[in-house]
Amino acid sequence: MAQWRDLQERLAQAGYVASDDLAMALHLSITLGRPLLLEGAAGVGKTQIARVLAAIREAKLIRLQCYEGLDAGHAIYEWNYQRQLLAIRAASEAGEAGSGMEARVFSQEFLLERPLLEAIRQDEPPVLLIDEIDRADEEFEAYLLEILSDFQITIPELGTITATARPLVILTSNGTRDLSDALRRRCIYSYVDYPDRTTELAILAAHRPDIETALMGQIVAFVQSVRKEDLEKKPGVAEMLDFAAALAGLGVNDITSDPAALQASLVTLLKTRRDRDAMPLEVAQRLAGVAA
Amino acid sequence: MAITRFPARAPGPAARMAGFIAHLRDGGLRLGPSETAAALEALTRVEAQDPQEARLALKALCCGDREEFARFDDLFDAYWQNSGRERISVHPGESAGARNSHRAQEARGFAGSGAGRPEAPDDDSDAEAAHEGEGRLVGARMRNLMQVDLRQLVTPQDIAAAEQVAIRIARAIRDRRSRRKRAHQRGESLDLRRIARASIATGGEPLRLFRRKRPERPARITAILDVSGSMALYARIFLAFLKGLMQADGETDAYLFHTRLVRITDALRDGDALRALTRLSLLAQGFGGGTRIGGNLALFNRNYAKRLVSGRSVVIIFSDGYDTDPPELIGEELARLKQRGCRIIWLNPLKGWKDYEPVARGMAAALPHLDLFAPANTLQSLADLEPELVRL
Repeated sequence: MAQWRDLQERLAQAGYVASDDLAMALHLSITLGRPLLLEGAAGVGKTQIARVLAAIREAKLIRLQCYEGLDAGHAIYEWNYQRQLLAIRAASEAGEAGSGMEARVFSQEFLLERPLLEAIRQDEPPVLLIDEIDRADEEFEAYLLEILSDFQITIPELGTITATARPLVILTSNGTRDLSDALRRRCIYSYVDYPDRTTELAILAAHRPDIETALMGQIVAFVQSVRKEDLEKKPGVAEMLDFAAALAGLGVNDITSDPAALQASLVTLLKTRRDRDAMPLEVAQRLAGVAA
Repeated sequence: MAITRFPARAPGPAARMAGFIAHLRDGGLRLGPSETAAALEALTRVEAQDPQEARLALKALCCGDREEFARFDDLFDAYWQNSGRERISVHPGESAGARNSHRAQEARGFAGSGAGRPEAPDDDSDAEAAHEGEGRLVGARMRNLMQVDLRQLVTPQDIAAAEQVAIRIARAIRDRRSRRKRAHQRGESLDLRRIARASIATGGEPLRLFRRKRPERPARITAILDVSGSMALYARIFLAFLKGLMQADGETDAYLFHTRLVRITDALRDGDALRALTRLSLLAQGFGGGTRIGGNLALFNRNYAKRLVSGRSVVIIFSDGYDTDPPELIGEELARLKQRGCRIIWLNPLKGWKDYEPVARGMAAALPHLDLFAPANTLQSLADLEPELVRL
C-alpha cells in the first residue's frame, strides 16, 4: 500500500477522516520536511489534524496561537526577569563577581521558552501548530519565514540554537488576509473544504458510534442542507457533532418527529442572530423533511 | 504568448516536469525555478506511475491558494492527458494576454500621469484607437479644457479650509501605534531586560530604569475620488481635501475616476498650485461624465493595490455609489481589496442628506465590506470624522 494511504488509514483509526488531497499533502510535508499550510473555513478540522497527527506519531504537540501584535517575547523566548533580579541580589550579597554573575543570569536556567523555541529544542521531532497565521501581522510572518527555512533561533546572550530534530510544522489560516507569496511558496498547500456526505457520515460514526445509523443519515443530510442556505456563519464539523450530541441527549430518534427538540438543537448549529432569524422552524422542518 | 509544449516531444522526465511547471505558470500559478526540482523530488516519494498519486502530490506542492487549488485539476489534465489540450490552449492564452495588457496599461498610466496626459481608456479598444490618431486627441483635450476648468471650481478659501481639515485628519489616521515596543527614554513601560542586565553592575539594585514605548507606525492613506456627473458639486471640496491629505505626508496616494481611473498623486504633489490644477484638469478629461465604480476598483486592485496597499493602509473612497457597472462587481472588488488587510472608508456626500438610505444598488453591495461609512457633504462633516478615524 502506498505510504500516504497508510497515513490516511492511521488518521482514520485515530478518528480523523482525511480527504485524499489532505492525506497526500500531509505525506509530502512529512517526507519532504516542508511546512504544511492549511486553509479553509472555520470548523472544518484544520486544528484537529495537528492534534491527531501528534497522537499517531506519538509526538509532542506545540501550539502557537497567533494574534495581532504577537511579538518575540510571546512567540520565541523571554528572560525570567524576576528570577534574574533575585539571583543577582542573592549573588551580590554572597560576594560573587559581576562577570561570572552575568554569564550565569543569562543562561538556560533563566530562559522562558515560548512555543517556537520550545519546538526547535525537542529531542524527538514535535508537531508545531501555528494556528491562524493570518491574524499575526506581516512582520511576524516574515520572521516566521526565517525560522521555517533554517530552524534556528539566535539569542544575543546565548548564541544560536539550531534544531536538533526538525519539527513537523502545520500552519492554519482562515483567510482573513492574504498571506505573502514567499510564505505560500515555502509551504505544501491544501485547502480543507467542508466534508462531503460520505466523509461526514464517517466522521460522525467515528465520534458517536452510539447513534443509530438512520438518525446519523438524517443529521448529516440536514447539516449539509443547512450549509447550502445563505448563512453568515456556516456550521462546521464541530457544530455538526454538537448538534448530534444535542439530539442524542434529547432522546430524539427521528428529527422530523419532534419539531421542538429540533428547534432547541439548532442553537448548536446557528451561532448568530441573523442566522437564527434566517432559519425559522418551518424552514428547519422543511430541510429536516428533505433529509429524512 | 507562451506555447504549451506537447509532452510526448519532451526528452526526459526533468524536461517534461519543467514543461509542466511552465504550463502552470502560463495558467497563472506563481512558481519559481526551484519548484521544478521540488516537484521531481516529490514524485520520488510517491508512486508516480499512478496518475492519481502524481496529481495529488503535485497539487499539494504547486498550489498556493484556494483558487489555484480549484483550478489545478484542469491544468493537470490539460498537460498530461491530451484530451484537455484544446481547452488549455485557450486558457493560458487568455490570462497571459490579460496580464500583458495590464502591464501595458500600467505603463501607460505612469507615462500619462508623469507627463500630465490623460490615461488611455482601460478596455474600450475603439476609443483607444481613436485616441491614437493625433488630431482627435488634441481636439478632445481642448474641448474638455473649455468645458471643465478646475481652476474655477476651486476657490482659494475652499482650498485653505479643506486642506486644514485634511491635514488634521491625515494626522489622526497616521497616528497608529505599533504593538511591539522599542527602547525609548521616556516610554510608558519598563524594559526589564535592560534593567536586569544593568543591575548586575549595581549588585542587584535596579538603579537605572530603562523604558520602552510603542513606536508610531504611520498608516498609509490611499484616496480614490469619484468625479462623475453626480459628484460634480462636491468634487471641488474633495479635490482640495485630497491636496491637504497629500501635504500632510509624503506617502499618501491619490486617484480619481469617472469612466476610467487616473493616478493623480504626482499632479497633486506639484509644488506650483496653479500648475497642479492645470495638470489635474487635463487628467480629468471626461470629468463629470458617467461612473464605473466596480470596473475602476477592479483596475485599481489589479494595477496598484498589490504594490501600494498593505495591512497598514487606509483606503478612502469618495463616491455617491451611483454606478453603471453591475453592483456585484463593487462587492467583489471591495472584498478583494479588503483581503489585503487594509481598512476601507467610504465617504458619501448623499449620506448627509435627511432620510438617506443606501438604496443605490452599488452602495448596498459595498456596505458589508466597509469599516466606516460616513457622510461627507460639507466641510464640517469631514471635520467631524476625525474622532471616528482615530478609533479605526
